[in-house]
Amino acid sequence: MPDNMNPNPLPPEIGTLDIPMALPFIIDELPLGIVAMDCERRVVLLNRSMEALTGFDRKDAKAIACRHIIRGDFCLGKCPVLGMSQGSGMVCVEGNIINRQRQKIPVRVTFTPIRDLRGHLIGFFETFEDIRMLGTMAGKTSEAYTFGQLVGRSPQMEQIYRFLPMIAQSNSSVLLTGETGTGKDLVAEAIHQESSRAKGPFIKVNCGALPATLLESELFGHQKGAFTGAVENKPGRFRLAHNGTLFLAEIGDLPLSLQVKLLTFLDDRVVHPLGSTKGFLCDVRVIAATHQDLELMVRKRTFREDLLFRLNVVRMQLPPLRDRRDDVQLLLDHFLQTFVSKFKKPIRGFSTNALRILLAYAYPGNVRELKNIVEYASNVCQVNQIQSEHLPAYLTHSLPSYRPANDAPQMIAAQHPATQEESPDGADSAAIERKIIIDAILKTQEDKKVELEWPAIERKMIIDAIVKAQGRRNKAATILGWSRSRLYRKMIQYGIEK
Amino acid sequence: MATKALICLYGNEVAPRFDLTREVLIAVIGDVGKVQEEKELVLPHASVEIICNMIITEGIKVVICGGIEEEYYQYLTWKNVTVLDSVIGNWHAVLQRLAQGRLQSGDILTEEGSKNT
Repeated sequence: MPDNMNPNPLPPEIGTLDIPMALPFIIDELPLGIVAMDCERRVVLLNRSMEALTGFDRKDAKAIACRHIIRGDFCLGKCPVLGMSQGSGMVCVEGNIINRQRQKIPVRVTFTPIRDLRGHLIGFFETFEDIRMLGTMAGKTSEAYTFGQLVGRSPQMEQIYRFLPMIAQSNSSVLLTGETGTGKDLVAEAIHQESSRAKGPFIKVNCGALPATLLESELFGHQKGAFTGAVENKPGRFRLAHNGTLFLAEIGDLPLSLQVKLLTFLDDRVVHPLGSTKGFLCDVRVIAATHQDLELMVRKRTFREDLLFRLNVVRMQLPPLRDRRDDVQLLLDHFLQTFVSKFKKPIRGFSTNALRILLAYAYPGNVRELKNIVEYASNVCQVNQIQSEHLPAYLTHSLPSYRPANDAPQMIAAQHPATQEESPDGADSAAIERKIIIDAILKTQEDKKVELEWPAIERKMIIDAIVKAQGRRNKAATILGWSRSRLYRKMIQYGIEK
Repeated sequence: MATKALICLYGNEVAPRFDLTREVLIAVIGDVGKVQEEKELVLPHASVEIICNMIITEGIKVVICGGIEEEYYQYLTWKNVTVLDSVIGNWHAVLQRLAQGRLQSGDILTEEGSKNT
């Protein structure tokens, strides 16, 4: 509009930010987080991606100083907007924000001044890019045996690495199963980050964390007035995850009533908020995860069979750490490196004795437990090598072993020559220490003879079955009552393949 | 029994981030909901670990802040400290509401009124 036709002429220095009616709908569809602010840095508008990134609703955020909504490390003291004079252009900075879910998210932010037709500053526009994946990639470029935040080089993990990019490229629902601490969350995030939806939001909902009534509103949203206390419209997690991925953790805890609603969504991809007559067509990829046996739950009628069929399009069983013992060493080194740089400690590695205990432990809590043990040891250790006394007490009091006979000592001797060379007592004391350790392990193995005999028995059973089946593996698997894949896995495990 | 509360400050407001707090207010709230004592502390270059340590050693029972990372939230909760996070507003108003026993996580206290998200 020409200046002479404007009924409310702008003051000479500062004007008002007038958002056209259509703008909120347009920016809602963009995959970047966007915030529009007035000259006093108060929020005028948030788009849907920004709502998902910060956890704040646009109505709550309106007219609030942006630092309280964005909560970036760049907001306090050194806000880039403060330095934007009348003539300055856009500024791009990298930093981090803390959202309402208490996550610290690395972001790349572009600050752009908004000017009226006369060039007067009327507000600011900020675009936010979630760079979690970039940060992970930058830190991991030198590391092999990783995918996203997953670490491992065992055959099982290599299979997952081969499988993940293929899954990521499709749009199918994924069901992740596996024991607690096996990395279901990380796999879900890796699938999202590798997919074409990586620029869209990744929304996680723990189905076991909320009661059924709240969970329905949380997942599907509600309309103002739908129930007592519903004073505003709420979009729901499905809608927030539009063009992105919705990760439903602990799907086994989803109440039966909501299972039906999820089933309906998976069929027609339309979300019906509570109390609304209109549906919203949602383009969301669903990844579900559970540590429970869903087939058993179906038999007990606590989980709907038809929902299982719909979720079970692509199924991934994550192996427990006891099935990928080769990765224990790698994971120990990986987490030690992580915590050493985080805590800024001069720790160079594990002592032979500490390593023996760590390699022999069963890790019922899987990778999460291993990580916690390394974190504990890194905190407690005040010297340059983690000793056995720096490990949690429950590790040193009981020593459950999973190693086949003669494996652990060789492993320690072969994989850690450097650790031994670094021993302050020299080569002789290292050799004595190694002998003591081997003796200790052999003694432990004698104590647990029954437990250790099983691998030998199982190996013999496999060989007998193969001989009986005249080398035909299918038939051998039938004789053993196993699946073919289990037989192959076991053959590789016991070195029968070669 | 009197309750000791800590509010992370940024000027006259509750600080947007717990980990970047450089100033805190420690208030003692009496049984009848009256603020008995207030003192402001400046913590230049204080790391988040130092702030957590101070909260424990000072016997603080309630912490009020804006954004806080999950690990510090869990740590303080584990140490029996109530953390009211995502609170936005002038610290005087926030303290009054706390003294009245009406403050919750996510409260936004603006000049126009208050809302809980």
